Amino acid sequence: MSGHDSKYFSTTKKGEIPELKEELNSQYKDKRKDAVKKVIAAMTVGKDVSSLFTDVVNCMQTENLELKKLVYLYLINYAKSQPDLAILAVNTFVKDSQDPNPLIRALAVRTMGCIRVDKITEYLCDPLQRCLKDDDPYVRKTAAICVAKLYDINAELVEDRGFLESLKDLISDNNPMVVANAVAALAEIQDNSNSPIFEITSHTLSKLLTALNECTEWGQVFILDALSRYKAADAREAENIVERVTPRLQHANCAVVLSAVKMILQQMELITSTDVVRNLCKKMAPPLVTLLSAEPEIQYVALRNINLIVQRRPTILAHEIKVFFCKYNDPIYVKMEKLEIMIKLASDRNIDQVLLEFKEYATEVDVDFVRKAVRAIGRCAIKLERAAERCISVLLELIKIKVNYVVQEAIIVIKDIFRRYPNTYESIIATLCESLDTLDEPEAKASMIWIIGEYAERIDNADELLESFLESFPEEPAQVQLQLLTATVKLFLKKPTEGPQQMIQVVLNNATVETDNPDLRDRAYIYWRLLSTDPEAAKDVVLAEKPVITDDSNQLDPSLLDELLANIATLSSVYHKPPEAFVTRVKTTAQKTEDDDYPEGGSETGYSESSAHAADGGVSPTSSSNVPYSAARQPAPAPPSPAAPVPDLLGDLIGLDNNAIVPVDQPATPSGPPLPVVLPASTGQGLQISAQLTQQDGQIYYSLSFENNSQIPLDGFMIQFNKNTFGLAAAGPLQVPQVQPGTSARTLLPMVMFQNLSQGPPSSLLQVAVKNSQQPVWYFNDKASLHVFFTEDGKMERGNFLETWRSLPDSNEVSKDFPDIVVKAEATLDRLPASKMFFIAKRKHANQDVFYFSAKLPRGIPFLIELTTVIGTLGVKCAIKTPSPELAPLFFESLETLLKV
Amino acid sequence: MPVAASAIYFLNLRGDVLINRLYRDDVGGNMVDAFRVHIMQTKELGTCPVRQIGGCSFFYMRISNVYIVIVVSSNANVACAFKFVVEAVALFKSYFGGAFDEDAIRNNFVLIYELLDEIMDFGYPQNLSPEILKLYITQEGVRSPFSSKPTDKPVPNATLQVTGAVGWRREGLVYKKNEVFLDIVESVNLLMSSKGSVLRCDVTGKILMKCFLSGMPDLKLGLNDKIGLEKESQLKSRPTKSGKTIELDDVTFHQCVNLTRFNSEKTVSFVPPDGEFELMKYRITEGVNLPFRVLPTIKELGRTRMEVNVKVKSVFGAKMFALGVVIKIPVPKQTAKTSFQVTSGRAKYNASIDCLVWKIRKFPGQTEPTMSAEVELISTMAEKKSWTRPPIQMEFQVPMFTASGLRVRFLKVWEKSGYNTVEWVRYITKAGSYEIRC
Repeated sequence: MSGHDSKYFSTTKKGEIPELKEELNSQYKDKRKDAVKKVIAAMTVGKDVSSLFTDVVNCMQTENLELKKLVYLYLINYAKSQPDLAILAVNTFVKDSQDPNPLIRALAVRTMGCIRVDKITEYLCDPLQRCLKDDDPYVRKTAAICVAKLYDINAELVEDRGFLESLKDLISDNNPMVVANAVAALAEIQDNSNSPIFEITSHTLSKLLTALNECTEWGQVFILDALSRYKAADAREAENIVERVTPRLQHANCAVVLSAVKMILQQMELITSTDVVRNLCKKMAPPLVTLLSAEPEIQYVALRNINLIVQRRPTILAHEIKVFFCKYNDPIYVKMEKLEIMIKLASDRNIDQVLLEFKEYATEVDVDFVRKAVRAIGRCAIKLERAAERCISVLLELIKIKVNYVVQEAIIVIKDIFRRYPNTYESIIATLCESLDTLDEPEAKASMIWIIGEYAERIDNADELLESFLESFPEEPAQVQLQLLTATVKLFLKKPTEGPQQMIQVVLNNATVETDNPDLRDRAYIYWRLLSTDPEAAKDVVLAEKPVITDDSNQLDPSLLDELLANIATLSSVYHKPPEAFVTRVKTTAQKTEDDDYPEGGSETGYSESSAHAADGGVSPTSSSNVPYSAARQPAPAPPSPAAPVPDLLGDLIGLDNNAIVPVDQPATPSGPPLPVVLPASTGQGLQISAQLTQQDGQIYYSLSFENNSQIPLDGFMIQFNKNTFGLAAAGPLQVPQVQPGTSARTLLPMVMFQNLSQGPPSSLLQVAVKNSQQPVWYFNDKASLHVFFTEDGKMERGNFLETWRSLPDSNEVSKDFPDIVVKAEATLDRLPASKMFFIAKRKHANQDVFYFSAKLPRGIPFLIELTTVIGTLGVKCAIKTPSPELAPLFFESLETLLKV
Repeated sequence: MPVAASAIYFLNLRGDVLINRLYRDDVGGNMVDAFRVHIMQTKELGTCPVRQIGGCSFFYMRISNVYIVIVVSSNANVACAFKFVVEAVALFKSYFGGAFDEDAIRNNFVLIYELLDEIMDFGYPQNLSPEILKLYITQEGVRSPFSSKPTDKPVPNATLQVTGAVGWRREGLVYKKNEVFLDIVESVNLLMSSKGSVLRCDVTGKILMKCFLSGMPDLKLGLNDKIGLEKESQLKSRPTKSGKTIELDDVTFHQCVNLTRFNSEKTVSFVPPDGEFELMKYRITEGVNLPFRVLPTIKELGRTRMEVNVKVKSVFGAKMFALGVVIKIPVPKQTAKTSFQVTSGRAKYNASIDCLVWKIRKFPGQTEPTMSAEVELISTMAEKKSWTRPPIQMEFQVPMFTASGLRVRFLKVWEKSGYNTVEWVRYITKAGSYEIRC
């Protein structure tokens, strides 16, 4: 018999395929079976054996189950590439689905469901209908899953043929495995549909909870996962459910345990009795700890989930911190996660033990782990006020070991500790200064410089220390330059003597004239102006008391945490991201209903549409679709004066005297898809700005979202754009209402082009300044992708395209390779027209596909595009021809983002 | 969604696909190339077992010289996926007769295809019990333990058993002699500071069972654990017998154990699968009897010499003995010469793991052998960084000893034919991660 299957991989010299063909048609059964095995072996190593399709299918009609299974396997792999021939197999499938042997009946239905060929799908319905009512539970459980398969191929067919009803009947089946598979299938169908298909009533709930006791471990997971969506009516029902689920915590299968934990946590939200909650917490701890003795990969999944669980219910594992101590041989990913949980569980009670551990880890070999351990000590200091002193003494001990990266990491965290506990631990500054010369990482350097500047009055030789950094000012990274600038100003304000005065001149000169970094330049100019006009005001601004920072170790947003807890054990809980953030598959039906919820036009609010599917009116009260420029200009005052010298820009922002900055009084839009964050809350003192350029009906908008995470309401928002390649400038007022703490506001700002042109090489960089009445001016960089500007009339006729291509000189052709982009299917390319890149033609060249597109920029600059790729493999080559070849790099940048989606 | 996989790949260390199965249409056939390029050929390998590349997520595990990679594009149940891989490998092993590696996969590819078709459908794990699968899987493994069974005739009621309430045992088993073997295997995990205080200590134990029983027997297991005993005395309203009771922190059971009954009555009752299986696992942190104490003194004498003295004390009964004791004491990389003195066993320097390895084949209880070594180091300029002193690690096995003190009190077997059974119980304690910082 079998056993040494590797012999099937050996090949003979002469043509392999003809030889196999001959063997497949042999009259001897054993020879045919061997031949099919050889075919499968060839398929496994990636050889194309699809040409043998007919011959293999001929072997299908056999009594031999082994041979039949092999042929079916072959069919699953190749039916899609040979849809016309696959139809040959249908008869046998249908016949097999009525075989007296239940194994063969189930096999036939299972395999048919895996063959995604329309013609076969048609024939699948009748056998499936029969099998759903089969006497044998093995056939029924297979048929249940098959309904989910069919739904994935053709949802309508499933609904029309009443398979959903049959599936629902199976929930009451007397066989637990059938029930479990039916639940899995229904849950999946429900996930992909918006109409209520699988609603769990209290009746189904109790039936399924009973089935839980009898089905296989995997069946328990299916049922628990489906039931975790159930919302109990009141606390009593929740308690009843929990009581019936808790025994699952003792299961050996980690997936069962995690699904049970998920369900218990969901129900606990409803339970009001503190005793019951406390008792449940006590019951959940041991099983969670036990997960940590599983395989490291499972430990990792468990740890990511525990991280979430302790954020919601810290008491569960409060006494178990020891189990998270790292073992020397734990894989690095397990160690990192354990460390994170140790920080979360650290308390005044266990901090001494925890610090001993962290100190131990800080002497280990793996650099990343050591750094994280040092950082953990700092985070504990910030979190636990009473332990801060002990944490600092451990950090000082570590600095004394003089291992370079330990020292640098320690300085970074000590800076945070100073921020958290001002005027408490400055006595250690002297020790820190000793390691000044060893610092070579930007973050550590910046932190040290910040410390020197902040405490300049207490450090006798602060000027000397800063001076030593100043020599290399031009070579330092931006982060360090910014800190140096601020620290020097602080020093000067605190010790306005001759030395610092000279230093400040050097620094300001360096930071304004010698640099091309706008952030640095702008900050230097502001200081300059402040110092020269009103030194007292400068003191108020620069030496102002800083808001106290808090511990960030419980960083997840409560609503996000809710969502993640509902997804325990899934990918979402491992990534700590909601499913939408990484699942790309779009639910088509879902989109439809959303549209229904927001009726067309949405005129009452005027802004109800999001940019994703708002093609018509209502985006802005001022723009009606076809006359973008004129309409957009109406409410806008004069555009900013072009070519304003840089110091004026400074004046504009501080003095608020420029027309381009328009005060805000009108309320604006909520809702819409998330925009990329351009100014994170950490830099914006709690203000987070997300923004993106979009085009709607030929009008370009800057879609902005302001999220206020600070403690005070923010209002009086204004915006200005630096000169840029496209001359983009605001065409209207920035309409943002007062943003209350914890809320956000969204707006669409109409834009005009060619107003604010910059010289020099084209760049997609868009520098933006935003200010409000409460905070300093925020600067951020955004990217203006070229495709946003493409116009509606960019489509060319074939002839026109060819002519233009020929008429342009070869020097106007630029090409670029994208080695790591893969065009998965032509569907990817179908999306390009949505970005105003229009399909012209396609041709085959060798094994590659070549696609042609055209697009047009405003002012009639055409782009002719040629894409060469092999569908489904890595690597795309793009060549473009255009009268403005200098824009090519921008084009490629933009194309890359489009194709990567 | 409880979907566990859209596709599963078995790759060798070079990244060649040994075998694969696509269960769903939502991931392309060539996604494994992305895995090869972005994970296998980079330093990322081993940094995280769950990774996202493009629209797909990859979960991977390495088992001997094979990578098992699961690809999904939906919000799959990761716990389910990893557990599935672990169980599937156990299943393959039971077919191959032990080893699971590249060669075994190549030699059994038809069997693996058939199993993969059976144990997962459309990404949903199905029945993975070897006991049941062997009833209707047509292929045989290289050294299948079931080779005596006729395989080309499917068992008539196989399908009922696959899906039945007792999905792990088939009916109609007959043994001449009815026997049950119980193995209580404990691993002691210890982390001790250099000053001899215990930082973390726990025991993870498992009860392995080998059943050769006829018919459909009902079994009930009694242990000397506190909760079980209390419950029992409560039910029978008589006081607990004196004697040592232990407190189990947590127990998990094989799917054959009735969990609802355990929850209400605290008794472990079950219908066992045929042959070998893991009945339960438990964990204990309180009152652990450490079998060994290690007392190291390591002195660095200048830059080129070290003195290592290690005393190991066995603290179990004098009549018992430990087997295969190995103590690994790390030394710096630049070790040049070593000399040893031991009162028992043998010691030598193993340069490939930078350790002094001291082996004692048979180690009686209540003794305390010592080893002293002199280590000479090459002084190099390059080694600026101080030596980080990894922990001392220890391996051992102590038969007839449980670190937790767990004992089997009874194992009752009921079968309607009323046969007698012979029960065998063995205990053994092994080192898990037994680390002493120095």
